Amino acid sequence: MNAAATRADALSLFDSGIISRASRDALVKLNPAKLIRNPVIFTTEIVSALVTVLAVRNLLTGQPAGFAIAIAIWLWLTVLFATFAEAVAEGRGRARAEALRRARTDTMAKLLLRPDDRALFKPTPAPELRVGDIVLVEAGDLVPSDGEVIEGVASVNESAITGESAPVIRESGGDRSAVTGGTTVVSDWLVVKITAAAGSTFIDRMIRLVEGAERRKTPNEIALDILLAGMTIIFLFAVVALEGMAAYSGTVLSVPVEVALFVCLIPTTIGGLLSAIGIAGMDRLVRFNVMATSGRAVEAAGDCDILLLDKTGTITHGNRMASAFTPVPGVDEQELADAVVLASLGDETPEGRSILAYARARYDIGAERPEGATVVPFSANTRLSGLDHQGRSWRKGAVDAVVKSAGAAPPPAFAAAVDRIARSGGTPLAVAADGRLMGVVELKDIVKSGIRERFAELRKMGIRTVMVTGDNRVTAAAIATEAGVDDFIAEATPQDKLNYIRKVQAEGRLVAMCGDGTNDAPALAQADVGVAMQTGTQAAREAGNMVDLDSDPTKLIEIVEIGKQLLITRGSLTTFSIANDVSKYFAILPAIFVASYPELQALNVMRLTSPQSAIMSAVIFNALIIVALVPLALRGVRFRPVGAAALLRRNLLVYGLGGLVAPFIGIKIIDMLLTATGLV
Amino acid sequence: MTWNGWAEIALVLALIAATAWPLGVYIARVLAGERTPLSAVLGPAERGFYRLAGIDAARGMGWKDYAFALLVLNALHFLLLYAMLRLQYYLPFNPQGIAGMSPRLAFNTAISFVTNTNWQAYSGESAVSYGSQMFGLTVHNFLSAATGIAAAAAVSRAFAGGGLKHLGNFYADLTRITLYLLLPGAIVAGIVLIALGVPQTLSASVDAVTLEGAKQTITFGPMAFQEAIKEFGTNGGGFLNANSAHPFENPSAWSNILEIWLLASVSFSLPLMFGRIVGDMRQGWALFAVMAVFAVGFVAMCYAADAGGNPLLTAAGVDPSLGNMEGKELRFGAAMSALFAVMTTGTSCGAVNSMHDSFMPLAGMIPMFQIQLGEITPGGVGSGLYGMLVFAVIAVFVAGLMVGRTPEYLGKKIQAKEVKLAMLAVLILAFCILGGTASSAVNPDALTQLTNAGPHGLSELLYAFSSATGNNGSAFAGLSADTTWFDTMLGIAMLLGRFGYVVPVLALAGSLAAKPKLPPSAGTFPTHGPLFVGLMVGVIVILGGLQFMPALSLGPIAEHFALLAGHTF
Repeated sequence: MNAAATRADALSLFDSGIISRASRDALVKLNPAKLIRNPVIFTTEIVSALVTVLAVRNLLTGQPAGFAIAIAIWLWLTVLFATFAEAVAEGRGRARAEALRRARTDTMAKLLLRPDDRALFKPTPAPELRVGDIVLVEAGDLVPSDGEVIEGVASVNESAITGESAPVIRESGGDRSAVTGGTTVVSDWLVVKITAAAGSTFIDRMIRLVEGAERRKTPNEIALDILLAGMTIIFLFAVVALEGMAAYSGTVLSVPVEVALFVCLIPTTIGGLLSAIGIAGMDRLVRFNVMATSGRAVEAAGDCDILLLDKTGTITHGNRMASAFTPVPGVDEQELADAVVLASLGDETPEGRSILAYARARYDIGAERPEGATVVPFSANTRLSGLDHQGRSWRKGAVDAVVKSAGAAPPPAFAAAVDRIARSGGTPLAVAADGRLMGVVELKDIVKSGIRERFAELRKMGIRTVMVTGDNRVTAAAIATEAGVDDFIAEATPQDKLNYIRKVQAEGRLVAMCGDGTNDAPALAQADVGVAMQTGTQAAREAGNMVDLDSDPTKLIEIVEIGKQLLITRGSLTTFSIANDVSKYFAILPAIFVASYPELQALNVMRLTSPQSAIMSAVIFNALIIVALVPLALRGVRFRPVGAAALLRRNLLVYGLGGLVAPFIGIKIIDMLLTATGLV
Repeated sequence: MTWNGWAEIALVLALIAATAWPLGVYIARVLAGERTPLSAVLGPAERGFYRLAGIDAARGMGWKDYAFALLVLNALHFLLLYAMLRLQYYLPFNPQGIAGMSPRLAFNTAISFVTNTNWQAYSGESAVSYGSQMFGLTVHNFLSAATGIAAAAAVSRAFAGGGLKHLGNFYADLTRITLYLLLPGAIVAGIVLIALGVPQTLSASVDAVTLEGAKQTITFGPMAFQEAIKEFGTNGGGFLNANSAHPFENPSAWSNILEIWLLASVSFSLPLMFGRIVGDMRQGWALFAVMAVFAVGFVAMCYAADAGGNPLLTAAGVDPSLGNMEGKELRFGAAMSALFAVMTTGTSCGAVNSMHDSFMPLAGMIPMFQIQLGEITPGGVGSGLYGMLVFAVIAVFVAGLMVGRTPEYLGKKIQAKEVKLAMLAVLILAFCILGGTASSAVNPDALTQLTNAGPHGLSELLYAFSSATGNNGSAFAGLSADTTWFDTMLGIAMLLGRFGYVVPVLALAGSLAAKPKLPPSAGTFPTHGPLFVGLMVGVIVILGGLQFMPALSLGPIAEHFALLAGHTF
């Protein structure tokens, strides 16, 4: 985790600065024109206003107004708590936006008048740059806007964006030609062609994203909104119809009581928290140093059932390492290991070092050079390394080179071992001592530890992993088996990736992948979730719908989990909210009908003190539960990598059954408090 | 409650459950146009009908075509039936010389039979001629039932594959269901009923002199076959006003068992038809289980609430051992009356063998609540299945997110459009039932038609609008419904409850059909097994039923507690 992410993490859930700002924003958000985006809370606001007007009228005409005022206050609080939840969620993103805004440059750019003449430039304010302009950026300059390096090589500090302070190389051509506005050139110079207009640079987009300014409802949010609006209408029917039936039964229902029943029944809890959940989901990605271009992409991440993972860097460490020593018959393993270590003392390559590390770990052999020994260093020419000492010699290296140096015909067991290793995708190295072939060292692309378990978890969640590699089929198959991926694409070209994505999409599956090169761009665009690396080319970054600032392809897995967590949180709170309704009937119905049918007191299973306290308790619970659930909405329901059936069972138990039971307890406690304090 | 009573209930339920699977598979095969044992006999007739009507049975219809065909056919039949009822005095087969119906009654009756409701604001023996019974009402007993099953088949097909453009051919579905299912079923059942003593004659009524010397007119008629299809097609419109409580319509315990089986068997088999159409029987069994959980639970509640007898009468010295027998036939008893009541309201049949009005308040609430749930436990033929699928879509959407994916049902993603259409269907039911009841409760003219005051009066109103909207057709009695207000309002409720519901549901099917069918994986929300069944039950009660809680508390629940406290109304 890098510096910026840690900074953002340090922001606690309820930072006092965020809270005070959110409290103010919550009031601004009461504006009905804005609130209409949220049908449930908008309806609540309208009926709150209605009750308020009636309460004031009663006050002015000298009628008893205390109850109506109390109801009105708590209804307004219900609305406020909902807007507050959204404001808090936005506040957390805003802190990140402030940091980004500081990086946005109003610097003077060096606009080149002729691309080929670096001496002739006109100082131009960065915001005035247009797409296609060519600028010069020299050591110490801020890159004025996003662009493509067309000439030069320089090291660039991108910490403003990524939080990573180690400079990276940017050069023209190839996959490292993109530069981002707001980053700093620390050495040399670059000639950059501007690719983004002012206001639409990467940093601008990031700011808008984390501030939620461009937040549009995602497809799933729209569907949920329709469900909630539909429920609101149903309960509107129920309450309005109740007026007629109550009149028949000789009960006169007052408007505040009807409104109280209505607001308690409509799904205010999820209605109030819905947008906060969405914003918090995006924010979790941002804190994870991943920028999604839309909430839709985050949702799609949760839906993905195939992950296309690059072998190198994601599944394996990317360099070959020693994984086994195989002696020929007549040589014991320890003897071979000793010989290998001596022969490798002259091998400074990563492979050579991995052999020494392996020997130390496996055979407990230290790498001490014997006194007076002559080291034969590894060279690309000889393709072997070795040691000569007291007339003895040890050699290790490419099989043909060592066999040639040994001079003897390799025994059949040796040839068999070499063949087996080569076929399983490893690299065999031969070891000889004093001209005698001792055995074979197996070098392998080592699969990262823990990755196999990770894939098993994904499989339990119903997600298939597909390894993409340039290796041949044999090698790819061996690594695929070892890493436990479900499928692999060997000798993969960008076109192969694209074809594979199209094929599985046609079967109705959603695919996530990451990539960085320009030739990855079509596949990134085709995938349902395309995560481009920040170090990648401009083309790749524009094709994907997410950018990973840390350029870590492993993150794809976490991105999927964050997407799932977002959907789970939404579903859990919806279920909780709907299950809450049952208790409210038992609180409010006996209370409002007890005058006409005293026998209905039997339905007052919570034994609430009085009709008024019952109604008040239900309304207060309904308001407070929103605040109580804000932390859960922001943090998200904990995600567990288990199968859908197990996940459903658990969440249904916690949020379904919990949602059924919790309000009975909550309403009873509030009623007891109200009674104890003599408020009702 | 007696062990005998529970055993009788268990026996009949077991019979219904035992036939569900073979019947469901048979219906699926019939609808797919596969060969069945009856094909040899009926195949030529089926093809003959297609040739006569110029129908290409293989031509698929999109949801709009399907809905259009369904609506137009039913509209034409409505007009035909309306004309027949108005003009029946001049039409043949009217030995009793029964007069034509008033416009409002003919409107209400025609809608009632077209919508498979069979709400009867009239008395069958005195207001409908034999001709109208046979060529009008009985025809609709087939047609409206077949329409329901056809729509259910169309909706089922939406889940059968990905990127489907068609939901089947409405005319072929209608023809096949009528020819291969309803007709043979009704004929066989009718013959059995005749054997059990149900009359089937065209002779006019007989006048008899009773022991006291009074003159009594005993109505006969072509009853047995109408009785059979009345139940088999979950129609419920009785030949006689007393419906299946009348000894001619339902003479014995045996005929009673047969009639309960007839009215529930097809509805309980349709989830398995669904399972076969979508190619996964487990899905069918899950829906079957949801229906069964409700049906069994409701029977138990209804019987338990009624079998204890009326405490006020017990206090007055009446032996409670038979249970509450007011409004019940001695030959059926409390158990089989409770079972009949729950099955006839759980399906949208609406035939009655006892007066629900006279049940104990909570026992009478059960039939009402079943109707309000949207007639899905198990619901009318066809309409029960598609109503259940609407709730499956909603349940999957609400809880499906909890597994961390966009919810999908049988591989079909549930998105904004589907949620909108499903909620629209649920809204229509709530609107008609609650709106109709409330507007009647504040209409002084409507209130004069009630026989009971207090909560029982409200129950009568609530029951009437629930029954009409749910296309059930049973009545809580006590309400004289042939007035301009009720004929019109209940007529509209029946119309919206049927066609206002089926059109959004077909649109939902059209939308789902066009979507790709995603292959299931370990991450897919499992829609079979006990967990899903439990979820469905919860969602149906909370989203389908709770909105009626306030109304029910003012009706039967208030009456129940008042009764316990010794108040009657």
